[in-house]
Amino acid sequence: MALAEPAKLDPMHQFAVQPIAHLFDIGGRGVYLTNSAVWMMIAGLLLWIFMLGGMKRQLVPGRWQMAVEGFTGFIASMMTANIGPEGRKYTPYIFSLFMFILFANIVGMIPLGLFGIHPFTATSHFTITGVLAILSFSIVLIVGFWKHKLHFFSLFVPHGTPVWLLPLIPPIEFVSFMVRPFSLGLRLFVAMTAGHVLLEVFSSFIIDSLHAGPVLGVPISLASMALMVGISALELLVAGIQAYVFALLTSLYLNDAVNLH
Amino acid sequence: MDAAAATLIGSGLAAIGAGMAAIGVGNVFGSFLESALRNPAAADGQQGRLFIGFAAAELLGLLSFLIAILLYLKA
Repeated sequence: MALAEPAKLDPMHQFAVQPIAHLFDIGGRGVYLTNSAVWMMIAGLLLWIFMLGGMKRQLVPGRWQMAVEGFTGFIASMMTANIGPEGRKYTPYIFSLFMFILFANIVGMIPLGLFGIHPFTATSHFTITGVLAILSFSIVLIVGFWKHKLHFFSLFVPHGTPVWLLPLIPPIEFVSFMVRPFSLGLRLFVAMTAGHVLLEVFSSFIIDSLHAGPVLGVPISLASMALMVGISALELLVAGIQAYVFALLTSLYLNDAVNLH
Repeated sequence: MDAAAATLIGSGLAAIGAGMAAIGVGNVFGSFLESALRNPAAADGQQGRLFIGFAAAELLGLLSFLIAILLYLKA
Protein backbone atom coordinates (compact mmCIF):
# COMPACT_ATOMS: atom_id res chain seq x y z
CA MET A 1 0.00 0.00 0.00
CA ALA A 2 1.43 3.33 -1.00
CA LEU A 3 1.89 5.87 1.72
CA ALA A 4 -1.12 8.13 1.50
CA GLU A 5 -1.20 11.76 2.42
CA PRO A 6 -1.72 12.10 6.18
CA ALA A 7 -5.35 12.98 6.69
CA LYS A 8 -5.95 16.64 7.39
CA LEU A 9 -7.30 16.61 10.92
CA ASP A 10 -9.20 19.75 11.80
CA PRO A 11 -10.96 19.07 15.11
CA MET A 12 -12.22 22.66 15.33
CA HIS A 13 -14.14 22.57 12.07
CA GLN A 14 -17.13 20.87 13.72
CA PHE A 15 -17.71 23.96 15.86
CA ALA A 16 -17.99 26.36 12.91
CA VAL A 17 -21.30 28.21 12.89
CA GLN A 18 -22.54 28.20 9.30
CA PRO A 19 -25.38 30.33 7.98
CA ILE A 20 -28.17 28.37 6.33
CA ALA A 21 -30.70 31.02 5.34
CA HIS A 22 -30.69 34.80 5.39
CA LEU A 23 -33.62 36.04 7.46
CA PHE A 24 -33.54 39.85 7.61
CA ASP A 25 -31.25 42.80 8.26
CA ILE A 26 -30.86 44.87 11.39
CA GLY A 27 -28.85 48.08 11.03
CA GLY A 28 -27.02 46.83 7.95
CA ARG A 29 -26.09 43.51 9.55
CA GLY A 30 -27.64 40.30 8.31
CA VAL A 31 -29.47 38.00 10.70
CA TYR A 32 -29.06 34.40 9.59
CA LEU A 33 -30.59 31.08 10.43
CA THR A 34 -27.48 29.09 11.40
CA ASN A 35 -26.84 25.41 11.96
CA SER A 36 -26.54 26.25 15.68
CA ALA A 37 -30.07 27.68 15.71
CA VAL A 38 -31.45 24.76 13.70
CA TRP A 39 -30.01 22.17 16.08
CA MET A 40 -31.23 24.09 19.10
CA MET A 41 -34.69 24.06 17.54
CA ILE A 42 -34.39 20.33 16.92
CA ALA A 43 -33.41 19.80 20.57
CA GLY A 44 -36.36 21.94 21.64
CA LEU A 45 -38.71 20.04 19.33
CA LEU A 46 -37.53 16.65 20.62
CA LEU A 47 -37.94 17.91 24.19
CA TRP A 48 -41.47 19.09 23.34
CA ILE A 49 -42.37 15.70 21.85
CA PHE A 50 -40.84 13.94 24.84
CA MET A 51 -42.85 16.02 27.30
CA LEU A 52 -46.06 15.79 25.26
CA GLY A 53 -45.89 12.01 25.26
CA GLY A 54 -45.59 11.92 29.05
CA MET A 55 -48.20 14.47 30.07
CA LYS A 56 -51.23 12.20 29.65
CA ARG A 57 -51.73 12.14 33.44
CA GLN A 58 -52.85 8.53 33.46
CA LEU A 59 -53.45 7.04 36.88
CA VAL A 60 -51.39 4.00 35.97
CA PRO A 61 -48.48 5.53 34.04
CA GLY A 62 -47.08 3.85 30.96
CA ARG A 63 -43.34 3.64 30.25
CA TRP A 64 -43.15 7.02 28.53
CA GLN A 65 -45.00 8.79 31.33
CA MET A 66 -42.73 7.03 33.83
CA ALA A 67 -39.68 8.39 32.02
CA VAL A 68 -41.02 11.96 32.08
CA GLU A 69 -42.14 11.65 35.70
CA GLY A 70 -38.73 10.28 36.58
CA PHE A 71 -37.10 13.47 35.28
CA THR A 72 -39.62 15.85 36.86
CA GLY A 73 -39.47 14.00 40.16
CA PHE A 74 -35.67 14.04 40.07
CA ILE A 75 -35.51 17.82 39.61
CA ALA A 76 -38.34 18.47 42.09
CA SER A 77 -36.62 16.43 44.81
CA MET A 78 -33.32 18.16 44.07
CA MET A 79 -35.02 21.53 44.56
CA THR A 80 -36.63 20.53 47.86
CA ALA A 81 -33.36 19.05 49.11
CA ASN A 82 -31.30 22.16 48.22
CA ILE A 83 -33.71 25.04 48.83
CA GLY A 84 -36.49 23.58 50.96
CA PRO A 85 -40.26 23.84 50.43
CA GLU A 86 -39.85 27.33 48.94
CA GLY A 87 -37.79 25.84 46.14
CA ARG A 88 -40.76 24.22 44.46
CA LYS A 89 -41.73 27.35 42.58
CA TYR A 90 -38.36 27.50 40.81
CA THR A 91 -38.67 23.89 39.64
CA PRO A 92 -40.09 24.75 36.17
CA TYR A 93 -37.09 26.96 35.35
CA ILE A 94 -34.47 24.47 36.59
CA PHE A 95 -36.32 21.65 34.85
CA SER A 96 -36.39 23.47 31.49
CA LEU A 97 -32.73 24.37 31.91
CA PHE A 98 -31.72 20.80 32.73
CA MET A 99 -33.77 19.19 29.97
CA PHE A 100 -32.71 21.67 27.29
CA ILE A 101 -29.01 21.29 28.12
CA LEU A 102 -29.38 17.50 28.28
CA PHE A 103 -31.17 17.33 24.93
CA ALA A 104 -28.79 19.79 23.25
CA ASN A 105 -25.81 17.78 24.54
CA ILE A 106 -27.21 14.44 23.40
CA VAL A 107 -28.47 15.69 20.03
CA GLY A 108 -24.91 16.78 19.27
CA MET A 109 -23.70 13.25 20.00
CA ILE A 110 -26.06 11.41 17.60
CA PRO A 111 -23.91 9.84 14.85
CA LEU A 112 -25.96 11.21 11.96
CA GLY A 113 -22.70 11.95 10.12
CA LEU A 114 -23.11 8.48 8.58
CA PHE A 115 -26.00 9.90 6.55
CA GLY A 116 -24.22 13.13 5.71
CA ILE A 117 -26.02 15.22 8.34
CA HIS A 118 -23.66 16.74 10.87
CA PRO A 119 -25.28 17.46 14.22
CA PHE A 120 -24.10 20.62 15.89
CA THR A 121 -23.64 20.77 19.65
CA ALA A 122 -25.14 24.13 20.55
CA THR A 123 -23.79 23.85 24.11
CA SER A 124 -20.20 23.81 22.79
CA HIS A 125 -20.43 27.57 22.26
CA PHE A 126 -19.91 30.09 25.01
CA THR A 127 -22.53 32.36 23.45
CA ILE A 128 -25.20 29.75 24.26
CA THR A 129 -23.95 28.54 27.65
CA GLY A 130 -23.04 32.10 28.64
CA VAL A 131 -26.58 33.29 27.97
CA LEU A 132 -27.99 30.38 29.99
CA ALA A 133 -25.59 31.24 32.83
CA ILE A 134 -26.52 34.94 32.71
CA LEU A 135 -30.19 33.92 32.80
CA SER A 136 -29.58 31.86 35.95
CA PHE A 137 -27.47 34.59 37.52
CA SER A 138 -30.04 37.30 36.85
CA ILE A 139 -32.81 35.15 38.33
CA VAL A 140 -30.64 34.75 41.45
CA LEU A 141 -30.12 38.52 41.63
CA ILE A 142 -33.80 39.33 41.01
CA VAL A 143 -35.04 36.78 43.57
CA GLY A 144 -32.43 37.90 46.11
CA PHE A 145 -33.17 41.62 45.85
CA TRP A 146 -36.94 41.02 45.60
CA LYS A 147 -37.09 38.91 48.75
CA HIS A 148 -34.45 40.54 50.93
CA LYS A 149 -34.14 44.06 49.43
CA LEU A 150 -30.75 45.53 50.39
CA HIS A 151 -30.37 42.91 53.10
CA PHE A 152 -29.29 40.62 50.25
CA PHE A 153 -25.80 42.12 50.60
CA SER A 154 -25.41 40.22 53.88
CA LEU A 155 -24.64 37.31 51.55
CA PHE A 156 -21.11 38.68 51.44
CA VAL A 157 -20.69 38.44 55.23
CA PRO A 158 -21.12 34.81 56.32
CA HIS A 159 -22.41 34.13 59.83
CA GLY A 160 -19.77 34.10 62.52
CA THR A 161 -17.19 36.14 60.64
CA PRO A 162 -14.73 37.55 63.21
CA VAL A 163 -14.56 41.34 63.24
CA TRP A 164 -10.88 41.46 62.31
CA LEU A 165 -11.69 39.50 59.13
CA LEU A 166 -14.41 41.97 58.06
CA PRO A 167 -12.23 43.92 55.62
CA LEU A 168 -11.04 40.65 54.05
CA ILE A 169 -14.04 38.30 53.74
CA PRO A 170 -16.60 40.47 51.87
CA PRO A 171 -14.29 41.24 48.90
CA ILE A 172 -13.44 37.55 48.59
CA GLU A 173 -17.11 36.57 48.79
CA PHE A 174 -17.95 39.28 46.28
CA VAL A 175 -15.38 37.99 43.77
CA SER A 176 -16.53 34.41 44.25
CA PHE A 177 -20.12 35.58 43.73
CA MET A 178 -19.37 37.54 40.57
CA VAL A 179 -17.33 34.70 39.08
CA ARG A 180 -20.31 32.32 39.27
CA PRO A 181 -21.92 33.02 35.88
CA PHE A 182 -18.54 32.66 34.15
CA SER A 183 -17.70 29.37 35.84
CA LEU A 184 -21.23 28.10 35.17
CA GLY A 185 -21.16 28.86 31.46
CA LEU A 186 -17.48 28.06 30.96
CA ARG A 187 -17.75 24.60 32.54
CA LEU A 188 -20.47 23.39 30.19
CA PHE A 189 -18.89 24.98 27.12
CA VAL A 190 -15.37 23.67 27.74
CA ALA A 191 -16.55 20.20 28.75
CA MET A 192 -18.57 19.80 25.56
CA THR A 193 -15.86 21.32 23.34
CA ALA A 194 -13.15 19.13 24.90
CA GLY A 195 -15.32 16.04 24.54
CA HIS A 196 -15.99 16.64 20.88
CA VAL A 197 -12.34 17.43 20.09
CA LEU A 198 -11.45 14.16 21.85
CA LEU A 199 -14.00 12.22 19.79
CA GLU A 200 -12.69 13.78 16.57
CA VAL A 201 -9.04 13.07 17.36
CA PHE A 202 -9.65 9.48 18.48
CA SER A 203 -11.92 8.70 15.55
CA SER A 204 -9.16 9.87 13.19
CA PHE A 205 -6.99 7.05 14.63
CA ILE A 206 -9.40 4.48 13.16
CA ILE A 207 -8.87 5.72 9.61
CA ASP A 208 -5.28 6.94 9.82
CA SER A 209 -3.98 3.67 11.25
CA LEU A 210 -5.10 1.87 8.07
CA HIS A 211 -2.26 3.64 6.24
CA ALA A 212 0.16 1.34 8.10
CA GLY A 213 -0.91 -1.61 5.92
CA PRO A 214 -3.27 -4.52 6.62
CA VAL A 215 -1.02 -6.43 9.06
CA LEU A 216 -0.27 -3.57 11.42
CA GLY A 217 -3.12 -1.24 10.55
CA VAL A 218 -6.23 -3.40 10.87
CA PRO A 219 -5.64 -4.52 14.51
CA ILE A 220 -4.81 -0.97 15.53
CA SER A 221 -7.87 0.31 13.70
CA LEU A 222 -10.12 -2.25 15.40
CA ALA A 223 -8.63 -1.43 18.81
CA SER A 224 -9.21 2.28 18.14
CA MET A 225 -12.79 1.48 17.19
CA ALA A 226 -13.32 -0.32 20.52
CA LEU A 227 -11.75 2.64 22.33
CA MET A 228 -14.04 4.97 20.40
CA VAL A 229 -17.14 3.08 21.57
CA GLY A 230 -15.96 3.45 25.16
CA ILE A 231 -15.18 7.15 24.73
CA SER A 232 -18.62 7.72 23.21
CA ALA A 233 -20.21 6.08 26.27
CA LEU A 234 -18.08 8.34 28.46
CA GLU A 235 -19.22 11.38 26.48
CA LEU A 236 -22.87 10.40 26.99
CA LEU A 237 -22.12 10.24 30.72
CA VAL A 238 -20.48 13.69 30.56
CA ALA A 239 -23.50 15.06 28.66
CA GLY A 240 -25.74 13.93 31.53
CA ILE A 241 -23.39 15.02 34.33
CA GLN A 242 -22.82 18.48 32.86
CA ALA A 243 -26.56 19.08 32.52
CA TYR A 244 -27.02 17.89 36.11
CA VAL A 245 -24.15 20.02 37.44
CA PHE A 246 -25.53 23.11 35.68
CA ALA A 247 -28.97 22.54 37.24
CA LEU A 248 -27.49 21.64 40.65
CA LEU A 249 -25.28 24.74 40.84
CA THR A 250 -28.14 26.98 39.68
CA SER A 251 -30.32 25.55 42.45
CA LEU A 252 -27.54 26.12 45.01
CA TYR A 253 -27.14 29.74 43.89
CA LEU A 254 -30.91 30.14 44.13
CA ASN A 255 -30.70 28.75 47.65
CA ASP A 256 -28.28 31.56 48.55
CA ALA A 257 -30.77 34.07 47.18
CA VAL A 258 -33.83 32.55 48.87
CA ASN A 259 -32.40 31.67 52.29
CA LEU A 260 -29.22 33.81 52.42
CA HIS A 261 -26.68 31.84 54.48
CA MET B 1 13.57 29.96 20.52
CA ASP B 2 10.99 31.60 18.31
CA ALA B 3 7.65 32.75 19.65
CA ALA B 4 5.58 29.97 18.05
CA ALA B 5 7.69 27.26 19.67
CA ALA B 6 7.48 28.97 23.04
CA THR B 7 3.69 29.22 22.67
CA LEU B 8 3.44 25.52 21.91
CA ILE B 9 5.60 24.62 24.92
CA GLY B 10 3.44 26.87 27.06
CA SER B 11 0.36 25.14 25.71
CA GLY B 12 1.82 21.77 26.68
CA LEU B 13 2.70 23.06 30.15
CA ALA B 14 -0.84 24.35 30.60
CA ALA B 15 -2.17 20.92 29.73
CA ILE B 16 -0.41 19.51 32.84
CA GLY B 17 -3.19 21.20 34.79
CA ALA B 18 -5.77 18.97 33.11
CA GLY B 19 -3.90 15.91 34.41
CA MET B 20 -3.74 17.45 37.90
CA ALA B 21 -7.51 17.96 37.78
CA ALA B 22 -7.82 14.28 36.90
CA ILE B 23 -6.11 13.50 40.22
CA GLY B 24 -8.54 15.85 41.92
CA VAL B 25 -11.61 14.26 40.34
CA GLY B 26 -10.30 10.81 41.23
CA ASN B 27 -9.79 12.00 44.77
CA VAL B 28 -13.35 13.30 45.03
CA PHE B 29 -14.96 10.09 43.79
CA GLY B 30 -12.44 7.85 45.58
CA SER B 31 -13.00 9.47 48.96
CA PHE B 32 -16.75 9.40 48.41
CA LEU B 33 -16.72 5.71 47.58
CA GLU B 34 -14.44 4.92 50.50
CA SER B 35 -16.74 6.57 53.01
CA ALA B 36 -19.91 5.42 51.20
CA LEU B 37 -18.84 1.82 51.68
CA ARG B 38 -18.28 2.45 55.37
CA ASN B 39 -21.73 3.99 55.80
CA PRO B 40 -23.92 3.11 52.81
CA ALA B 41 -27.04 4.47 54.50
CA ALA B 42 -25.69 8.02 54.48
CA ALA B 43 -24.28 7.85 50.96
CA ASP B 44 -27.40 8.80 48.99
CA GLY B 45 -27.89 12.01 50.92
CA GLN B 46 -24.42 13.24 50.01
CA GLN B 47 -24.72 12.85 46.26
CA GLY B 48 -25.32 16.56 45.73
CA ARG B 49 -22.14 17.43 47.60
CA LEU B 50 -20.27 14.77 45.63
CA PHE B 51 -21.18 16.49 42.38
CA ILE B 52 -20.38 19.95 43.75
CA GLY B 53 -16.90 18.71 44.62
CA PHE B 54 -16.61 17.05 41.25
CA ALA B 55 -17.72 20.24 39.48
CA ALA B 56 -15.18 22.36 41.36
CA ALA B 57 -12.30 19.98 40.64
CA GLU B 58 -13.33 19.58 37.04
CA LEU B 59 -13.72 23.30 36.39
CA LEU B 60 -10.06 23.94 37.23
CA GLY B 61 -8.96 21.21 34.85
CA LEU B 62 -11.21 22.56 32.13
CA LEU B 63 -9.75 26.03 32.65
CA SER B 64 -6.23 24.73 32.10
CA PHE B 65 -7.46 22.86 29.03
CA LEU B 66 -8.96 26.12 27.79
CA ILE B 67 -5.64 27.96 28.27
CA ALA B 68 -3.83 25.11 26.52
CA ILE B 69 -6.15 25.14 23.52
CA LEU B 70 -6.09 28.94 23.27
CA LEU B 71 -2.28 28.91 23.20
CA TYR B 72 -2.26 26.01 20.75
CA LEU B 73 -4.60 27.74 18.32
CA LYS B 74 -2.60 30.97 18.64
CA ALA B 75 0.71 29.33 17.67
